Amino acid sequence: MSAGETPRDRALVPAADAPLPARATLSDDVLAAEHERLNALWSDGSGFWAWLTTVDHKSIAKRYIVTAFLMFLAGGLEAGAMRLQLSHPQAGLLGPDRYNQIFTTHGTTMMFLFAVPMMTAMGLYFVPLLVGARNVAFPRLNAFGYWCYLVGVVFLYVSLPLNMGPDAGWFAYVPLSGPEFSPGHRVDVWAQLVTFTEIAGLVAAVNIIATTFKLRAPGMSLNRLPVFVWTELVVSFMIVFALPAVALGSTFMLGMDRTVSTQFFNPAEGGDALLWQHIFWFFGHPEVYIIFLPGMGMITEIVEAFARRKVFGYTAIVLANITTGFFAFGLWVHHMFATPIPELGQSLFTAASMVIAIPTGVQIFCWIATLWAGRPRFTTALLFVMGFFFTFINGGVTGVMLASVAFDKQVHDTFFVVAHLHYVLLGGAVTPLFGAFYFWFPKVTGRMLSERLGKWHFWLFIIGVNVTFFPMHLLGLNGMPRRVYTYLRETGWGPLNAIASAGAVIIVAAVAVFLVNVFISYRRGEIAGNNPWNSYGLEWVTASPPPNYTFMYPVVVRSRHPLWETSVELPVLTGLSTERREVLVTTTMDARPDHRHNAPTASIWPLALAICMAVLWIGSIFSPYMVLWGLLISAPVLIMWSRQSMNIKSTELVQPPAGPIVEMVQA
Amino acid sequence: MRTSLFLALQSVQHSATSPASPEARAIAHLFWWLLAVGATIWLLVTAIAIWSAFARRGTPGEDGLMHVSAATHSGMERVVIAATAVTAVILMGFLVFDFSVGRALAAFPAQSLTVDVTGHQWWWEVNYEDPNPSLSVKTANEIHVPVGEPVQFKLASHDVIHSFWVPNMNGKRDLIPGYRSSIWFRADTPGVYRGQCAEFCGLQHAHMAFLVVAQTRPEFTKWLLQQRTGGAVPTDSLAVAGQQVFLSGTCALCHTIAGTPAHGTVGPDLTHLASRRELAAGTAPNTRGYLGGWIVNPQSMKPGTLMPANPLQPGQLQALVAYLETLK
Repeated sequence: MSAGETPRDRALVPAADAPLPARATLSDDVLAAEHERLNALWSDGSGFWAWLTTVDHKSIAKRYIVTAFLMFLAGGLEAGAMRLQLSHPQAGLLGPDRYNQIFTTHGTTMMFLFAVPMMTAMGLYFVPLLVGARNVAFPRLNAFGYWCYLVGVVFLYVSLPLNMGPDAGWFAYVPLSGPEFSPGHRVDVWAQLVTFTEIAGLVAAVNIIATTFKLRAPGMSLNRLPVFVWTELVVSFMIVFALPAVALGSTFMLGMDRTVSTQFFNPAEGGDALLWQHIFWFFGHPEVYIIFLPGMGMITEIVEAFARRKVFGYTAIVLANITTGFFAFGLWVHHMFATPIPELGQSLFTAASMVIAIPTGVQIFCWIATLWAGRPRFTTALLFVMGFFFTFINGGVTGVMLASVAFDKQVHDTFFVVAHLHYVLLGGAVTPLFGAFYFWFPKVTGRMLSERLGKWHFWLFIIGVNVTFFPMHLLGLNGMPRRVYTYLRETGWGPLNAIASAGAVIIVAAVAVFLVNVFISYRRGEIAGNNPWNSYGLEWVTASPPPNYTFMYPVVVRSRHPLWETSVELPVLTGLSTERREVLVTTTMDARPDHRHNAPTASIWPLALAICMAVLWIGSIFSPYMVLWGLLISAPVLIMWSRQSMNIKSTELVQPPAGPIVEMVQA
Repeated sequence: MRTSLFLALQSVQHSATSPASPEARAIAHLFWWLLAVGATIWLLVTAIAIWSAFARRGTPGEDGLMHVSAATHSGMERVVIAATAVTAVILMGFLVFDFSVGRALAAFPAQSLTVDVTGHQWWWEVNYEDPNPSLSVKTANEIHVPVGEPVQFKLASHDVIHSFWVPNMNGKRDLIPGYRSSIWFRADTPGVYRGQCAEFCGLQHAHMAFLVVAQTRPEFTKWLLQQRTGGAVPTDSLAVAGQQVFLSGTCALCHTIAGTPAHGTVGPDLTHLASRRELAAGTAPNTRGYLGGWIVNPQSMKPGTLMPANPLQPGQLQALVAYLETLK
């Protein structure tokens, strides 16, 4: 070690030309014994208690994904009910009271309980796998986030059949959602449901950020990060900045206006009704990109794997995602063009809303170039990417049209916008998500989804989405406003609505095919093996499904496509403890080995704290004193949780590893 | 009678793409351009994506991956950069186009007829204010405008947020409690146009429509003069009895009929109810049958409306309807 060089500097990533003997040097017996030890060490046990206490990111994320998908089905059923009611003029299936609860619950479910949790859950499962980590950075916090989310799910879906479903829209504009015009507890349910999803979202975001920055495999410098991880990172930062706005607005200001008669939004008492819209959309617009950017990341992963080449313009794609994340915070007023906001201010948001199309365009052009310069295999996953092009670009184009204040004022709050947003969200998020399900299902379950059913699923879905939502553009231009429970025959909106409702039946069929595919493949699908697609990422290094410890040794990464660089096995680092749970912490920029960190074990306190939060926030809608009781019962739980966490320590590596395969010296 | 009215209502227009004012025409013009360019981009990019997926220009290398030559790669770079530049230029064009249309719409006319519109759950209060209060006109759910003259609407809300929208005439404008806002247009094609609330405002957001009747100046003036008169004085005995029902029952607590002691302001002004084409903010045509049904049980036609049921005797109802039908 030369003078001035710290031990950390020596913890270098092996040079690209270093010799490559890797795990091959470890005998099978050693590996088998290691597997037994680690699998037992990282197991959270089995049985009901283990189910309640597990902190394994894979178990938690799987639950998250399944729950969020159930919410997609619930939101879909609500959409189906609305399409039935609107399929012909003056239908009597749903009255206005029921309809308003259903459309509010549909929007709330899809945005708060399906889309954002689904995208963060995909991150919670795959970010650690893609960066080569054994768990997320804060496993117990992760469990707490899921339980809070589950409380929100149960809260909403118990309220709805009790005729307590929120009915002021997923945007809950005041004064309609205020105490005067929405007495009762329906809007309270909405306001506190949002609280639970905020907690869950923030927890997931913090976890993804810390995991990405500190738990990457040695050598995976930031410029070698898979694009999906980049998008999850950008989205996590967006959650950190956007969600507190709606927390402030709904949990505190609206909640307090409704429960303890503050007057934040009451113009008669000097409050401001428009303020809510600013607060809500400052969160609500970034929310759209929080849902959409992970979809973009999934597309890059799928395109790279199936075009059989490295993605064209990696740097441009990463920068485009970061730029989108920034600009997403400068668009919120385009939801408010019809309000009395000065025209000059509106122009700024028009310009920003148009500019944001550029980074998205860059990504699309890069994918097209990658496909052109590759030899794509048309798996179901890649078909969904092609479906994305067709569906999402339509939504993107109408989005640019809506950025125009003059045109927006015509179609704002009409079915044109309903068409636009479903093209964007179904096309830009759900379509890539289905593609990602086909891509990653083998990794999660160890079995392949059926490609034959997958193709049925794809075609039904794309046709269904277009038949359902394309006519809505025309309905909007013909004057049909959103959120109406019925319409008169004389309006002439009947036929187009009938077509849209028929399309909804096709979407239901598509989703049914997918469910059948999942059920059959989960039991009888082809065995996947570690890397069924011959893809490049670290998630394909480990077994399918991954063992409890995920990675036996930290993999040493020497390029952006670790599995494509070499036909030999990847070099690894050894030396992490097999006596206690240990993970390797690496530096933020270059991912040099830095600390060994002992990871937490199973705990019941995250669930206990989530129950306390349920008492606190659900109780608060009935009596403000429940906030005090909730805090009171939270205190001992927090103390117990902290006591349990006291033995979690990080230790700096004194003598860092060098070379591709080394024993890390105990600190 | 009922059939013909339905036919008449069918001719009522509510489309952003068949403009009846220069303002809506400018927006429609902008829309057709955005649509033409946008649809071209949509279909072109999708087609190129599909074509590219079948182009198979990569050649397998030793590593089993697809590669292209360095020259091809820099060619790809140039194409992607060019496509991005074209995107930026098109967006800039859109932006300038939008600003120019927006400027024209934002320039309120110096002189115009002014109509005050107040949104209520779930109907529209319409006032033609005049410096001389006795010449002011109060009506509801039906706005008459003279063709060729700019008309400015001063918007306010009585309760929650509503949005004023006549697609054939102009874009929409929100009515927000605590804020004043306004919008204007100049109808240039006579006709009856449908407008409606575009911001979700509660149970009966679906039934919060209104009509805009664009008519020639002489017709408009005639209508205005008519609206300035008090409520018709009933002559036949049935209508006289009906007026008694109105004034002695609960009706007068909420509704006004000028020239009578009825001065309620909770519900729409009924002084010239019979001259209006529709009932309950576009819920039904204004015929005897619907009117009677509405009075007896408004909740069945418009569930959640703030108007209570009025369990009248058949004779009373007949008289009341007869009276209301005289209020031309």
